[in-house]
Amino acid sequence: MSLFWITAILLIGVLVPVVTERFGRTINTICTMVAPAIALAYIISLIPAVFGGEVVVEYLEWIPAAGLTLSLHLDGLALMFALLILGIGLLIIVYARYYLSKKEAVGRFFAYLILFMTAMLSIVLSNNVLQMWMAWEVTSISSFLLISFWSTKSESRKGARMALTVTAAGGLALLAGLLIIADIVGSYELRVILASGDLIRESALYPVILILVLAGAFTKSAQFPFHFWLPHAMAAPTPVSAYLHSATMVKAGIFLLARMYPVLSGTEMWFLIVSMTGLITMLLGAYIALFKHDLKGLLAYSTISHLGLITLLLGLNTPLATVAALFHIMNHAVFKASLFMIAGIIDHESGTRDMRKLGGLWRFMPYTATLAMIAAASMAGVPLLNGFLSKEMFLAETLHSSSLGFLSWMMPVLATLAAIFAVAYSMRFIHDVFFNGEPKDLPKTPHEPTRFMKVPIEILVALCLLVGIFPTFMVGDLLASASSSVLMTELPYYSLAIWHGFNIPLLMSAIAIVGGLIVYAYRSHLYRFQAQFQESDEKLIFEGVIQTLVGYAVKAHNGLSNGSLQRYIAALLLFTIAITAVPLIHLNSVATRVPDQPVSGVEITAAIILCLSAIATVIYHRKRMIALITLSVVGLIVSISFARFSAPDLALTQLSVEVVTVILLMLALFFLPQKTASESSPSRVVRDLGIAAAIGGLVATINYAFITQPIDTISEFFLANSKTGGGGTNAVNVILVDFRGLDTLGEILVLGVAALGIFNLLARVRLAMPSSNENGIPWSQDRHPPILAMISQALLPLALLVSFYIFLRGHNMPGGGFIAGLITAVALIQQYIAHGVDWVKPRIKVEYQTLISLGVLIATFTGIASWFFGRPFMTTWFDYFDIPLIGEIELASALVFDLGVYLTVVGATLFILASLGKLTSSHRPTPEE
Amino acid sequence: METVYVICVGILTFCGVFLCLRGRTFSVVVGLTMLSYAVNLFLFSSGRLSLDGAAILGMADKYADPLPQALTLTAIVIGFAMIAFVVILALRARADLGNDFVDGSEPLDSDKLVKPNRGKA
Repeated sequence: MSLFWITAILLIGVLVPVVTERFGRTINTICTMVAPAIALAYIISLIPAVFGGEVVVEYLEWIPAAGLTLSLHLDGLALMFALLILGIGLLIIVYARYYLSKKEAVGRFFAYLILFMTAMLSIVLSNNVLQMWMAWEVTSISSFLLISFWSTKSESRKGARMALTVTAAGGLALLAGLLIIADIVGSYELRVILASGDLIRESALYPVILILVLAGAFTKSAQFPFHFWLPHAMAAPTPVSAYLHSATMVKAGIFLLARMYPVLSGTEMWFLIVSMTGLITMLLGAYIALFKHDLKGLLAYSTISHLGLITLLLGLNTPLATVAALFHIMNHAVFKASLFMIAGIIDHESGTRDMRKLGGLWRFMPYTATLAMIAAASMAGVPLLNGFLSKEMFLAETLHSSSLGFLSWMMPVLATLAAIFAVAYSMRFIHDVFFNGEPKDLPKTPHEPTRFMKVPIEILVALCLLVGIFPTFMVGDLLASASSSVLMTELPYYSLAIWHGFNIPLLMSAIAIVGGLIVYAYRSHLYRFQAQFQESDEKLIFEGVIQTLVGYAVKAHNGLSNGSLQRYIAALLLFTIAITAVPLIHLNSVATRVPDQPVSGVEITAAIILCLSAIATVIYHRKRMIALITLSVVGLIVSISFARFSAPDLALTQLSVEVVTVILLMLALFFLPQKTASESSPSRVVRDLGIAAAIGGLVATINYAFITQPIDTISEFFLANSKTGGGGTNAVNVILVDFRGLDTLGEILVLGVAALGIFNLLARVRLAMPSSNENGIPWSQDRHPPILAMISQALLPLALLVSFYIFLRGHNMPGGGFIAGLITAVALIQQYIAHGVDWVKPRIKVEYQTLISLGVLIATFTGIASWFFGRPFMTTWFDYFDIPLIGEIELASALVFDLGVYLTVVGATLFILASLGKLTSSHRPTPEE
Repeated sequence: METVYVICVGILTFCGVFLCLRGRTFSVVVGLTMLSYAVNLFLFSSGRLSLDGAAILGMADKYADPLPQALTLTAIVIGFAMIAFVVILALRARADLGNDFVDGSEPLDSDKLVKPNRGKA
């Protein structure tokens, strides 16, 4: 068995209730209890080891390369929480069996509950902070599911949403804090982090870490000012409230405080934030609890108050206070769980939780009332009960605290005040419900609940008594073990005895009890006082804040995204300007620049033509035919400049692509308006000119910046190896088909995919075929002039021969598959233009799609072929052969690869143009096709 | 030489970007074409401008850098595929939406000077 099995079994256990639901509630409940029971048994079996000071740590490699290891550990603190989570969890399952009615989805409820239990247990067992955080978030989500279990009720949904929003937001803060911690320590492992307390406290980021981690803990534990979600979570079914708000959920925040105690505590900042937050929360909760007429509302605020008490203790920075905090965690879990269950029983058996209606229930359910009185007395801190012991320790600690300097006297006074209110609201829980007159128009006649519904409460109440009377025997070891794992030093001396003699804490307890009774007796005065204040509904405020946020988000979204692509592009470009301009301002390393090469008249002329035609394209862009002609001039000059700058391959490619592009655009223009009027407002034109000028200037600047730097290239390798390794003297082509062959393979794939995409776009397109041009002059009926047809036909073999020649010589001279493919395509398109689709179609029987796939396949298989020779993908092979009459020739596998490239380029280009061209002919696809 | 070269690249970029910001699809296609010229020249120039470098081994002592050339060659072909795709997309949009506006409908500029010419279908 290992700790990992516990989580695994519990995860499987999530499914059990869903599967066994059909066998009835009792069997379903028993089956559901199996997984937690096994887990509990295993944890109990580890108790001797943990009490002996051992820490069980287990690792499971997950992604070792990323340093991610799953890890679980079990030390004293984890043990204490694990026992609470599993033990109370099991009791809750039994209770829920009787609480939920037959009609409800009990299986789903149990599944959520086990999921929550698993997550909660994972938090306490995790030895990796990321893992712990994941579990932390799962508790937020599963508690959302539990709170909103009665999803038909609006208040359930709202309460669940509020709980999720608050705790998940805190969770994100916690994540940030944990990441910073892990960054400082250099490990995600909790045990390493716990040993690096000094490192973290001395870090400059300590205040940030502290605030982030505390944000996580305080939201989860409902500390002021995040306490508002907890009362609204009371819309959950009572078993959920009993579980989430006694032993789990809210205690997760407390657990985090205790877990991180060795790392974060001991500073002034920790004391101020944690103890003050705890103090305020404790007072606020205790005060408000008295005014809540709803039983569960009272308990909710009492929970807030007790959580504040524990937080205050942890914030005091003294070892004894920490022991007291841990002790109170246990005691609070036990008595609060039982009180929630009692509230559930009262609600269940009398139909209401409103204390203004309830009263005199003693007559109807004396047994439950007795249990309630013991549990409530424990909550109030009455001697001989567990609540009394930890409260005494708490009061003693507030007395000894001197951290507030001269104001230290406030601490015990305020603590006593909170204790007075605790007695008062505990008194009200008993007196207003079980005594105090007669019940007023209850929906049901109250009676004792089913026998087994009381069992969980009996066990918990028995624990209250046993711990209260025999504290050392019951929990001494557990508390010592938990305390030493939190304090990580020698334990301070403390005694869990009931009787410490007459001392000031006892006096404070006495004051609290007497004061509480007086406050309760005169509560009507307090109610009148409180009634003067307008009661604020946190739900409304919260929803309001959320609505406002959503409003801002919608406004921001609408402002940015109005569906205009033009605007998006402008925004994108502006952003580009912003992020490129800043580094350029700081760039002034032009010191090492290479001087400009001398410029001749040829280049000046070409540059002037290029710039003028580019600008002409912009000026005439609304007269589209003219724009197309000036554009092609630009393309021509670009090709010529490639040739001028010693790149014949590029020049050839650019030239043939240019031809194809212009044909394509002309075809497109046939279907589009040839002229458009000016549509942009002057301000829009000025804005666009500004953006364009800025981008152009930036690009030119960057280009100038690197072009004038001394060259430092990796191309020596290619030049040195292209003949010896690739068997070709045209280094550009060898790079394409050999060194970077995989890139080329990807590229022809892109080409093929683009062609297929175009095919799909053009299928079922409904384009009107214009019969005349913009000015109403009809298109010529003579579509295929004989002279053009004759010349093209004669040119075809010649063009094919040229392309074949270019293809073959590609490896050693300028040329290659790309250029040859484009030339072939142009030659064939020429036939389409001269003769029309009707003439070409029966004569060229090749399917262009087949050509594309064939090309890609040939190229791929050439690559794969090298596997058969035990070489990596795409290794080329070449050799020289002496053939009679022809002489020595070189054969290279790269030539086959280039054939694949050739076929794909031919196929794709013709496919694109022919599909578009077909639209102008009688072969256009009809919408029905 | 370098100064003249980068001025040309800058002007091509300027024209390309301006045309890309227009409202009609054809202008955008022309702008993209222009922009791809600029990009190709830009990429190509990372191998520096050599007037008399050899492209073929054994033809001269000084070689033009082959790597940017190979990359640019790929870029030219991919650029063509992209332009072709955009053109067809524009045609499809024209067919389905009945206009050739980039945004799919007439822009809502209130301060427009001239009523737009929708083009004859």
